[in-house]
Amino acid sequence: MSETWWVSLIKAFIIINLVMVAFAYMTWVERKLLGRMQQRYGPNRAGPFGLLQPIADLVKLLRKEAFYPAAAIDKLYIAMPALAAFTALASFAVIPFGPGWEIHGYFVGGWVLDAPITLILLFALGSVGIYAFMVGGWASESKFSLLGSMRTCAQMVSYEVSLALSVLGVVLMGQSLSLVDIVHKQQDTLWFVGPQIVGFVIFFIAGIAETNRPPFDLPEAETELVAGYHTEYSGMRFGLFSTAEYINMITLSGVGVTLFLGGWDGPWGLGPLWFLLKLSAFLFVFIWLRATLPRLRYDQLMRFGWKVLLPVATINALITALLVVWI
Amino acid sequence: MPQPIETLRGFGVTFKQIFKKPLTQQYPEYKRPLYPRWRGRHRLHRHENGLEKCVGCSLCAAACPADCIRVVAEENTPNNRVSAGERYARIYEINMSRCIFCGYCELACPFDAITLGNEFEISEYSRDDLIYTKDMLLAEPIKRVPIADPAIYDTPVPYYQDHS
Repeated sequence: MSETWWVSLIKAFIIINLVMVAFAYMTWVERKLLGRMQQRYGPNRAGPFGLLQPIADLVKLLRKEAFYPAAAIDKLYIAMPALAAFTALASFAVIPFGPGWEIHGYFVGGWVLDAPITLILLFALGSVGIYAFMVGGWASESKFSLLGSMRTCAQMVSYEVSLALSVLGVVLMGQSLSLVDIVHKQQDTLWFVGPQIVGFVIFFIAGIAETNRPPFDLPEAETELVAGYHTEYSGMRFGLFSTAEYINMITLSGVGVTLFLGGWDGPWGLGPLWFLLKLSAFLFVFIWLRATLPRLRYDQLMRFGWKVLLPVATINALITALLVVWI
Repeated sequence: MPQPIETLRGFGVTFKQIFKKPLTQQYPEYKRPLYPRWRGRHRLHRHENGLEKCVGCSLCAAACPADCIRVVAEENTPNNRVSAGERYARIYEINMSRCIFCGYCELACPFDAITLGNEFEISEYSRDDLIYTKDMLLAEPIKRVPIADPAIYDTPVPYYQDHS
């Protein structure tokens, strides 16, 4: 079953808009929840319960003076935020959030793209996203941006290896690289978080490092690096980097839900609702980590990534491979 | 050295805090009461018969560390009697953007003409509006601020307070 091209187009348009709204209100949820964890209210002045705060932030960013350093390399400097936001949004196209439905004789799948290699597509888009952060910091021609982008590059490359290896166990158990097939397999057998608990933990920790979230947020630590790779960006360019970060977070949570927690699997057939609930649980844990843990120092970060996470991921993949072959 | 159990207890702390009531005081709806001797906006005073107390001696201008008071004195004529002494302050201006609210002018004044009151909501939209003239200083404050009970704060020897 495949869907007609215009159904895919409409669905892609709707999903992109929903993801952008989800990003805007994700910032609201984060600020309110962080506030509540720190025994204060979040924003509660802009609209009831601060619900218009993301819109106020958006208008502020759009109206800000978009200066840029005279020494910056123009085309790269301007293209990088757009590239970051593009890869973040494009990664969301392959995440399945429901089984397909038949509407008026047309098949509407619960995903925008289903290809046999969607998992590799996700990692490929993530790596191109790393380019955006690196080149953005370097093209700003400023010392803080350069340092920030060097640290970002090192951190993201190190943890990308562990991320890919942690998913290997799921691929071996799911016998496929397509996210939709993995969800179908989890529907038939059990959710992969059970047998692959080590892989799940490694995926989550590497995912936090990939999206530059606290406690791995040294690239954008205000106290150490001014603002890291996005020091010289202002106005909507910074807004696009921020968009890319939050949408990466949502996409990574979506991938984690799909690979380990069974995607849209749940009783009573309400596929997308279960997906959203599991996604919300992931995002809550992201915010909880931000409120609780201090920042990792750079050498601690690198040591953890290479000396602890990578061997554990490798051994997990090895043991899964052995068990799959012999059982 | 890593302490995983203690870290997980830290997560429990932040999780429990979600359900506790926040401690924020919402400002315009709730204004925290000020001490009675709190140094706010300056006020010039009058005697009961309507004459101003300020005689234009500019001791306050001399005492001011930020040099923000401008006093120009004028003789009191029998037709135009403004203050209770021989002279009065024709021009009396305080530049609120320079003032550090130290209270030295209040201490220096021999006639108790200037005191620092309790008003603090004096923000303006331009720097020129912040130069307060004599009329503005003589006027009553517009917005009321709550003042705490003097019996709690105005004791001569705080440690021997025998009532609360």
